[in-house]
Amino acid sequence: MDWVKIDKKGLSVLPAGAHIDPLSACQTALITHGHADHARPGHHQVIATPETLAIMAARYGDDFAVIKTPLGYGETMQLGDVQIGMAPSGHILGSAQIILEHNQTRLIAAGDYKRKADPTCAPFEIVACDIFITEATFGLPVFRHPDPQAEIKRLLKVAGLFPERSILIGAYALGKAQRVISLLRAAGYNAPVYLHGAMQNLCDLYQAHGVELGELRPASISERGKPSKELQGAIILAPPSAMHTSWARRLTDPLLVFASGWMQVRQRAKQRGVEFPLILSDHADWDDLLATIEEINPREVWVTHGREDALIHACQTRGISARALSLIGYDEAME
Amino acid sequence: MRGFSELLDALIFSPRRNVKLAHLAGWLRQTPHPDRGWGLAALTGDLRFAHVKAGVVRELAAEVSSPELFALSYDFVGDLAETVALLWPSEPQPGEEAEDLRLAEIVTRLNAIPRAEVKGVLAGWMDRLNVAERWALLKLATGGMRVGVSGRLARTALAEAFEKDIGEIEEVWPLLSPPYDALFDWLEGRSGRPQAEGRAVFRPMMLAHPADDGLAENFTPDDWQVEWKWDGARIQFVSAEDGVRLFSRTGDDISASFPELVQDMAWKGVLDGEILAGSPQKIGSFNDLQQRLNRKRVTSRMQQEFPVFIRAYDILLAGEADLRNLPLSQRRQRLEAEMAAIDTGWLDISECLAATDFDQLVKLKEQSDPRIEGIMLKKRDSLYIAGRPKGGWVKLKRDPKQADLVMLYAQRGHGKRSSFYSDFTFGAWRDGDNGAELVPVCKAYSGFSDAELKKLDKFVRDHTLNRFGPVREVEQKLVVEIAFDQLHPSRRHKSGIAMRFPRFHAIRWDKHPEEADTVEQLRQFMTRDNS
Repeated sequence: MDWVKIDKKGLSVLPAGAHIDPLSACQTALITHGHADHARPGHHQVIATPETLAIMAARYGDDFAVIKTPLGYGETMQLGDVQIGMAPSGHILGSAQIILEHNQTRLIAAGDYKRKADPTCAPFEIVACDIFITEATFGLPVFRHPDPQAEIKRLLKVAGLFPERSILIGAYALGKAQRVISLLRAAGYNAPVYLHGAMQNLCDLYQAHGVELGELRPASISERGKPSKELQGAIILAPPSAMHTSWARRLTDPLLVFASGWMQVRQRAKQRGVEFPLILSDHADWDDLLATIEEINPREVWVTHGREDALIHACQTRGISARALSLIGYDEAME
Repeated sequence: MRGFSELLDALIFSPRRNVKLAHLAGWLRQTPHPDRGWGLAALTGDLRFAHVKAGVVRELAAEVSSPELFALSYDFVGDLAETVALLWPSEPQPGEEAEDLRLAEIVTRLNAIPRAEVKGVLAGWMDRLNVAERWALLKLATGGMRVGVSGRLARTALAEAFEKDIGEIEEVWPLLSPPYDALFDWLEGRSGRPQAEGRAVFRPMMLAHPADDGLAENFTPDDWQVEWKWDGARIQFVSAEDGVRLFSRTGDDISASFPELVQDMAWKGVLDGEILAGSPQKIGSFNDLQQRLNRKRVTSRMQQEFPVFIRAYDILLAGEADLRNLPLSQRRQRLEAEMAAIDTGWLDISECLAATDFDQLVKLKEQSDPRIEGIMLKKRDSLYIAGRPKGGWVKLKRDPKQADLVMLYAQRGHGKRSSFYSDFTFGAWRDGDNGAELVPVCKAYSGFSDAELKKLDKFVRDHTLNRFGPVREVEQKLVVEIAFDQLHPSRRHKSGIAMRFPRFHAIRWDKHPEEADTVEQLRQFMTRDNS
């Protein structure tokens, strides 16, 4: 098996002359999903799902690549000597497992994925293959993410204790934010949700793709003067980087929430300075990583990024051959 | 357990004291007895199980996962009990609401079983609990919650929850033991307040306000008792039927650090005073006293090398008689009379000073003895009231010493300052191997206004060189005038000096860092002080 290799741009598919989620500009890029560490601008050609192309255009402008080749879920195309296909990965809107077939071998680069229900994107699809390339962001048995709906209920209960405080939820602007909103709606929270400026664009894009987010309003706070009464007791979403800025400081006594799978570990949550850790992940947890691998039952598992040691150990004890690709450059802070 | 584990999480993640208080008070009101009493004891570190050792968590760990996976997990999580709680294999299904495990049941059971059964019993409970509850159970069983609840905070929450005066709760606290039946009976009006008579327990102390600008006009010499403010440690000395004890200002029993002062004596009563190094004839420095503070045991050599004595300020009880509702003038007379009855070399009485006007007071406070921090003014008609009552006692501190220092590091503050860089490390110059270098000499986080804090925060954000976790290293360019009370030699600090009570005096945006002081210049304060 020598036609997929690691080079300094990342995972290289030699007979297709392409890279998967390349770390720097290249000729042809196969992009799994729109997060900035996977979908970078400056490639000559980008092959991705139509949703991912739309996300890249929204973030980088329409000229993010010279050639944009949409490839929807279930579609295939030929690239050099390789047949390429896409299957949903359940991570965020448009996220895909990239299916590569060459010399009667099928290899799947799953990108980032999760198995828990998420109404903002298509669910992960099991596709049989010889080699399954998996992430391992939460590749430790301590990570067993709780039921998302129960987490949101826990949050709404605490929010109810402090009706005069603004509930400021730090969530990554692409994917996590929209998932939080849709979970709030599913829990019966019908009040307007307020958005930090950096969130609006992508929420609009989700809504344009048919994801129901309810009423959204800008959380505008003027430099001077007090935040409007409207924001007291309201739920506000902001990117994690905005949680400790002067913008956040102008809110009335905000209750800081951070929505991430890392919040399962107390020290991690404390380091973040959050008052309410909302355990909500867009990655597969330990049980789901193992269940996915067992269901697909590939000949070989390659582990890209994350805590690969434990996952490889667990695969080997189950008689599945596994090895680490040690890809670096993907940012775990985005979870 | 359900409510308790939710409380623990809320306490851990609440940065601010008043939010912690609200959570705690709410929980105290809602939780049935005796669960609330046991929980309270667990929070304040007063709950111990003789047969539960910390090692039991390791034994449980061996059951939850393979050694390889456990080691990788523990390495990531960092806390043994949390790792076990997270790895525990079984989980109650949502909707499958098992009957809640009550704290009282846990306590009764853990006290009743032999050590060999502890692991099995804990494991049985763990199967019924969710992650947060499992963690809470392990912490409860093995002690050491570390959720940021001091005894004082817990008692304040009790006062808030049951609308009582915190002073009253402080007073009865030492008489109580878990699960505090007598306390809750009193708080809920089923019985009277527990009585402290005849017991060697702490009585809440009266504290002083810093002097304000109005003092100069309102100072009428006849109404005030004037004393030196000694640079020692405030204490309460209690002699009663059941023993002799020494308490810190916050009510901690510090008897073990000072065995020579807590010998049985015929005199009974409660004194308020200062513990000082040396003897009444030759008072030592605060640095000498520090050799004796915070020690669990003290050798007789330490006692000889660093002797201590008590200088009495006030008297709260004489025998059974409670004097706290008498005016200070009468308490002082009683104190003088009682002192004559206590025959010991390690106790004397604080001298009263004469001042005819405010200018004289100012002169008094500026006298140069480094063992004196300033002067105390006490209203002659003031009753002994716990806490900081208005119009009672005033402290007038000597103008501090000052140094120009350069900001080196900044750290985010806590509570309402949590998003601001408000804790700073400052350095002074010295000759290093590669020329002049700045070496840290103190940390300061007070003395600036809110407006200045914003400017400092912006300075830190705009001039960050490096980040080390929560700490930022800043460009060495901002000079701040730091005021401090004293300097002491220190082997623990790189600079060889330790500063007492450093705080901002002025931010010198105008000064260049080269103009800041040197370690050598600072040392001169030290030689002057200790001579």
